[in-house]
Amino acid sequence: MQVDRYERYWMWAASGMLALFLVAIVVTAVSGGAHPPSHVETINPETLDIGTEFATPGVVTAPDGSLTVVMRAELYVFKPDVVRLPVGRPVRFRITTPDVLHGFQIVGTNVNLTVAPGYVSEGTTTFTEPGEYLVVCNEYCGLGHHNMYSRIVVEAAP
Amino acid sequence: MTPAVRLVLSHFWVAVAAFGVGAMMAVMQALARAGVELPFGTANLYYLSVTAHGVLLALVFTTFFIMALGYLVVETTLGRIAGPSWAWAGFWLASIGTVITTVAILSGTSTVLYTFYPPLLAHPAFYIGATLLVVGSWVWCGVMIASFVSWRRANRGTRPPLAAHGMLTAVIIWILATAGLAVEVVILILPWSVGLVDRIDPIVARTYFWWFGHPLTYFWLVPAYVLWYTMIPRVAGGKLFSDALTRVVFIQFILFSTPVGFHHQFTDPGIAGGWKLLHTFTTYAIMFPSLVTAFTVTASLEYAGRARGGAGTFGWIGKLPWSDPFFSSVALSMVTFALGGFGGAINAAYAMNAMIHNTAWVQGHFHLTVGTAVTLSFMGFSYWMLPRVTGRALVWPRVASVQPYLWFIGMQFFSIPSHIAGLMGMPRRVYTGEFHGIEAAQAWIPLVNISAVGGVILFVSAMCWVGVLAGTMFVMPRGATRPIEYAEPMVAPPDGASLWDRLGLWTAVAIVLIIIAYAQPLYHLHTMARFPSRGFSPF
Ligand code: HEM
Ligand SMILES: [Cu+2]
Ligand SMILES: [Cu+2]
Repeated sequence: MQVDRYERYWMWAASGMLALFLVAIVVTAVSGGAHPPSHVETINPETLDIGTEFATPGVVTAPDGSLTVVMRAELYVFKPDVVRLPVGRPVRFRITTPDVLHGFQIVGTNVNLTVAPGYVSEGTTTFTEPGEYLVVCNEYCGLGHHNMYSRIVVEAAP
Repeated sequence: MTPAVRLVLSHFWVAVAAFGVGAMMAVMQALARAGVELPFGTANLYYLSVTAHGVLLALVFTTFFIMALGYLVVETTLGRIAGPSWAWAGFWLASIGTVITTVAILSGTSTVLYTFYPPLLAHPAFYIGATLLVVGSWVWCGVMIASFVSWRRANRGTRPPLAAHGMLTAVIIWILATAGLAVEVVILILPWSVGLVDRIDPIVARTYFWWFGHPLTYFWLVPAYVLWYTMIPRVAGGKLFSDALTRVVFIQFILFSTPVGFHHQFTDPGIAGGWKLLHTFTTYAIMFPSLVTAFTVTASLEYAGRARGGAGTFGWIGKLPWSDPFFSSVALSMVTFALGGFGGAINAAYAMNAMIHNTAWVQGHFHLTVGTAVTLSFMGFSYWMLPRVTGRALVWPRVASVQPYLWFIGMQFFSIPSHIAGLMGMPRRVYTGEFHGIEAAQAWIPLVNISAVGGVILFVSAMCWVGVLAGTMFVMPRGATRPIEYAEPMVAPPDGASLWDRLGLWTAVAIVLIIIAYAQPLYHLHTMARFPSRGFSPF
């Protein structure tokens, strides 16, 4: 096929740009562990209250000191609705729902999860600044969707 | 009016009507979010309106418009529409389906938005109507393919006209896309919505939805590209830069538009990261043909500008026919698509997606792409097509010349603040961005207000478009019709069909790619221990 010289240059440049994007993605994924949340774990949404960690949502400190926040998203609330966390420590969020799809987005961080009934979603982040963080539901879940939010209060180390 | 023109215009007017209604909903949404007191401003009506707006614009307007364009192209390039009675059957099926779904939405029993993610459960009529709309569009696919095959039988070894090649590409993409939708709606949702099955798995359903959802966007875009490649160079007074390369571009859309759906599910649980990474690769591959398009179409326009006497590096730009609404629509669409495509590269970035997923950024993004690049191209084309096929001159040519600029400006006002609000964390699909006065949310409010101004400008532009078309049809006298003419290539392509004209072969390759991208993750989803969900209707 006859392709114009400049068009050929352009196609090389375009391929180069796309390759560069992909390399950047792969490098950060492999070396920096920059992956999207892809936790694979299922749970019965109708029996969350029967002996699962989601029966008593809240902050859990493991024996090794690592922090996990267990949360529930339900038609129009997050439980617990205020979470207190220390600054500068990695925190893992585990969240599920007994009803419809929700979103779990901590404004100002990289935590952005789809919450689906039957599945447990996980995300991790480290809060580097103390202060109050807004959590919003970003997946339409019904007529109260815009009222569905909660707060995370990050406290400076004592 | 010839039978073919009647068929084309019937589809066209349904598209225009759906657009008119969808645009009215849109301006109410934009104002409601900005806190303007509307007598009917309730959360209930807001989400109902967003459902109707998404369905009527993204699904009904686009599909009917593309069906109209498809029939027009095969009639004028291949000289036939095979099986006109089938075509009418498809039209009625799709129209009845549209009415059923619209009534279901307006009744307030189906406020599930146009993505209808289970376990949100709408009235069964919502899904039945949508199914009829898609079945009607499949009949269109059948008629398009039959017309093409009949032409090829009579013209063995001849290169198919480029516009027909492009529209057949859209047909193939649509068939590949709707295969996923059919599984979701017919097998998973319909039995569940009427109570035959109790439960549904939301992630499985979403996966089939996005198998459909991404190629859907190329089903919109490819017909717009057909206008850009095969008509605009001539409208601008020039020729198409490269016919041969254009065919390669269309084939790439067939190959890569479907195996990419996980880029809409980056944040989903239940799907392993590796598959998301694979879909990232194919997503970047699909940007390539659009980058080539940017070159080819711009080069064609430069050629046109120089043929009109433009000189110097940029002098040709001013010589282009900026007051011709078809030309200006497409030129502004191209600029907008460059912005939208840039945003798309960010959306698609495997991990960066977490920053913008489901924020107002996304709503800014798709109003640039489908809401402008595609829609504005279709608007401009309408001004060009309607007088040609009906013989009626445009009623208010001045209004028509200004309208594309209004849309462009309105959309910048609407989309840029949406992008910014999204980066600041504002979620999409919210009746109000206030969140009970929480401090972090206060910074979003001025942005939402600016985008409401954009919404009003867009609405004025939308009404200008509908008004000029309706006025032309009802007020202007009928005169002589003119042919639909296509751009000549600058270099005549070699005679005879090439590898890039073998649509069947490339479709087979595309199916293999879909299997690679989806077979294993779907198998895994279907076979792992899961807990499907009953339905909820919180509206
Ligand atoms: C008349 C000009 C338009 C205005 C003022 C407008 C405004 C809006 C607004 C305010 C929303 C709701 C955003 C939210 O709550 O997340 C929206 C959603 C949407 N619009 Fe538009 N829009 C316009 C034209 C279009 C066009 C032409 C299309 C496509 C052909 C389109 C497709 C959509 C889609 C797909 C949604 C998403 C609905 C959803 O999230 O479920 N819009 N639009
Ligand atoms: Cu929600
Ligand atoms: Cu996509």
